[in-house]
Amino acid sequence: MFSADTLQKFAREVAKYPAEQKQSAVMACLAHAQEEKGWLPPEAIEAVADYLGMPPIAAYEVASFYNMYDLKPVGKYKITVCTNLPCALSGGYHAGEYLQQKLGVGYGETTADGKFTLKEGECMGACGDAPVFIVNNRSMCSHMHPEQIDKLLEECK
Amino acid sequence: MLEIEIDGKKAQVPDGSTVMDAAQQLGVYIPHFCYHKKLSIAANCRMCLVQVEKAPKPLPACATPVTNGMKVFTHSDLAVKAQKGVMEFLLINHPLDCPICDQGGECQLQDMSVGYGPMQSRYTEEKHVVFHKDVGPLISMQEMSRCIHCTRCVRFGQEVAGIMELGMANRNMHSEIMTFVGRSVDSELSGNMIDLCPVGALTSKPFRYTARSWELQRRKSVSPHDSVGANLVVQVKHDNVMRVLPRENEAVNECWISDKERFSYQALNSDARLTKPMVKQGGEWREVEWNVALDYVAHGLKDIVRDHGGDAVAALAAQHATVEELFLLGKLMKGMGSGNIDFRTRQSDFGTDFKRAGAPWLGMRLAEIKDLDAALVVGSFLRKDHPLIAQRLRQAAKKWTKVSLLSVAGDDQLIKLYGSLTVAPSQLALALAAVVRAAAEAKGVAVPAGLENAAVCDESRKIAASLLEGEKRAIFLGNVATQCADATQLHALANQLGAITGATVGFLGESGNTVGAHLAWALPSQANARQMFAQPRRGYVLYGVEPELDCANPQPVMAALKQAAMVVVMSPFKSPAALEYADAILPVAPFTETSGTFVNIEGRVQSFNGVVKPRGETRPGWKVLRVLGNVLNLDGFAYTSSEQVRDEVLGAGVEFAAALDNGLNGVTIALPGAAASGLQRIADVPIHFADPLARRAPALAQTADGVAPTLRAAAATLAAIGVESGASVRVRQGHGETVLVARLDDKVPAGCVRVAAAHPTTAMLGEMFGDITVERA
Repeated sequence: MFSADTLQKFAREVAKYPAEQKQSAVMACLAHAQEEKGWLPPEAIEAVADYLGMPPIAAYEVASFYNMYDLKPVGKYKITVCTNLPCALSGGYHAGEYLQQKLGVGYGETTADGKFTLKEGECMGACGDAPVFIVNNRSMCSHMHPEQIDKLLEECK
Repeated sequence: MLEIEIDGKKAQVPDGSTVMDAAQQLGVYIPHFCYHKKLSIAANCRMCLVQVEKAPKPLPACATPVTNGMKVFTHSDLAVKAQKGVMEFLLINHPLDCPICDQGGECQLQDMSVGYGPMQSRYTEEKHVVFHKDVGPLISMQEMSRCIHCTRCVRFGQEVAGIMELGMANRNMHSEIMTFVGRSVDSELSGNMIDLCPVGALTSKPFRYTARSWELQRRKSVSPHDSVGANLVVQVKHDNVMRVLPRENEAVNECWISDKERFSYQALNSDARLTKPMVKQGGEWREVEWNVALDYVAHGLKDIVRDHGGDAVAALAAQHATVEELFLLGKLMKGMGSGNIDFRTRQSDFGTDFKRAGAPWLGMRLAEIKDLDAALVVGSFLRKDHPLIAQRLRQAAKKWTKVSLLSVAGDDQLIKLYGSLTVAPSQLALALAAVVRAAAEAKGVAVPAGLENAAVCDESRKIAASLLEGEKRAIFLGNVATQCADATQLHALANQLGAITGATVGFLGESGNTVGAHLAWALPSQANARQMFAQPRRGYVLYGVEPELDCANPQPVMAALKQAAMVVVMSPFKSPAALEYADAILPVAPFTETSGTFVNIEGRVQSFNGVVKPRGETRPGWKVLRVLGNVLNLDGFAYTSSEQVRDEVLGAGVEFAAALDNGLNGVTIALPGAAASGLQRIADVPIHFADPLARRAPALAQTADGVAPTLRAAAATLAAIGVESGASVRVRQGHGETVLVARLDDKVPAGCVRVAAAHPTTAMLGEMFGDITVERA
């Protein structure tokens, strides 16, 4: 199911916890699984659950609870827009609308070319930089006003 | 002890109690949904908010520990306002479909909304819709919008059933209860989730839309399905059993029952029921009146006894027949001068007969299981054979009990096992002998004679050591241990181990009245359940058994029945097989239609009354046997009530039966030699085929436990046969053969194949634990 590299990462995560509490590593392992697969198909969730000796539904609870896990395939670039209060007050909604109009898709949708997926996200802890986006769960983009958005889309090739 | 005052009532409660515990002790009702005394505390419904003196805001009673001198108000303005607020929130997304909801009339949310809810909703926005789920044939999850997210079902799976099959996916208002990618819920205890659900989200699929709860009459009964003797509430409408629910009895079944007990009532109302006595005349079946049928039967049996002596007739009874029925059947046989009566249909080794000190039993009370320090279960498909005993052991293992298992199949018991050994049935005695020897060596006493060759391994040492530690320990012999060819040796070895370690020896018991059958003396003084067919008799009486499915080796049984001059079947059901071999079929009542008594495995005498009128011309078994005794002109059949029979057998007014003893006199240990070279069969009795009722319940047949048996074997065994998993194999035992699908199961011991018994597709095969030939089909 997973590459040797990912399995090694799993082992490293599991080693952080006492042997009888392997399932503490579920979030980290799901993240590594998603990194390899691009998203979390049910088989991957079950494989992680088996690896950690926990029921698959328990791993699914975790995967479906946190919005950085993708339970459906996503585009090459997943842009998550914060729409929580501080961002919303500083133009987050407008940024989201601008992005939607630019890409021609709504929240939770992927562009026809499979390049961009747009998601609505929760507070990313950088309200001073509002409005903020996060791309592929990793790179944070601050002060996302239209010109920055255009630049971001330019950079995403 | 802590002092607490709730609504002005003072109480002393133990340290660590919650406000909810204290309220229950005082008899103060605090509304709640997610709280359940048998489950962990979740505190997520917030319905039990109460006011606590000096606390700035209302606190959940279920999760608030009592502190000394605490003052709680459950009806203060603050508490009532909080409860009303919670209620309003819970009702926001709840559909207003009570008139068509199966839970209507017995719904906690409905009751509570009358007590605490607003007259009218202030919520005018869209309601959240949750899609229906299909989780198998027992639980209906068609209206999941009704769910209030108490997570009782999830916690039940995790904590009681031992397997988390339902979970709460997603977050906040999108939360929903589901299985992983739409799988079914397969736990043998799953039906309890229906009882636990405080709303109409999880309802019973077989019961769905067949009755309203207020139309049902609730009647007490006792389960015949397994040795626990679970207490039941049978709910009845127009003399039909509509559903079966657990009756809480902390000492017996707590508040649970297995799915087999819950859903096998379907058989009671099925077309398979026999409603009139039938006799075969000139090869034709005819429905006749009772007096004609009884005359026919009495004459037939009398003629055989007159011409060939009493030994020419034999009786085989079911272990789930009542004490009264078994006793009267035994008396009838004795009256005819026959000592051929038995109920141990699946047993193959009768070496303990006339050597037992008393009736085999659990050796302790069921409620004592939780106090054990260590337990060793020998030869058992624990979860499937004894779902509720397995549940008790599961809870015990979570605390401190070291539960070990010596089994013939490595099925996951969902119990945290301390030690576990899986061996072939022929090696079971040797494996137990190794534990006995390890225990003797560890304790420094002489190794009992005959055990010099027992090979001790690390695991047996570990198990032996666990049985030597602590105060209370037990060794339980399961169904395999009583059914396999070394039953006598296993019993003797368990007693040895008990003597060395000081552990109690007990039996888990095959069926609802196994202990009662021993006490009712339905035991042979001449031919036992095997001999009576090995040397064919001229006349047979079969009481409640279906020998083609219920016997250790159906082949000689069917051959003997075929050649017999007279076979009398007494059963609630008309089975095609019985129509083949029987000469008369008398409809006797199942447990719901007769009064009677079961003695459960802890020796508890549980009498019950019929809950519905007997179907058609069906009559209670004890009455049929009484009249048959009278027609045969036998003495001592003048009983006027089943209680009279019971009192004669067990004594009047006893709660626990006497004469229970697992001791053995005069059995010497002689370990079996090396295993045979060929393949050996391991036959489990699938949970939903174990008795005639469960077999005929369509819903149970559709569950994961209801699938037709396959041949399961380890990879090496399959390779030796020359097949791969999924291929068809021809299986042969004696003169019977069939084709089964081979499945890889690495937990099956080497040299063994697992082929379930008690199923029509394997009924033509022979010994449950005998040699078997398997080849590529």
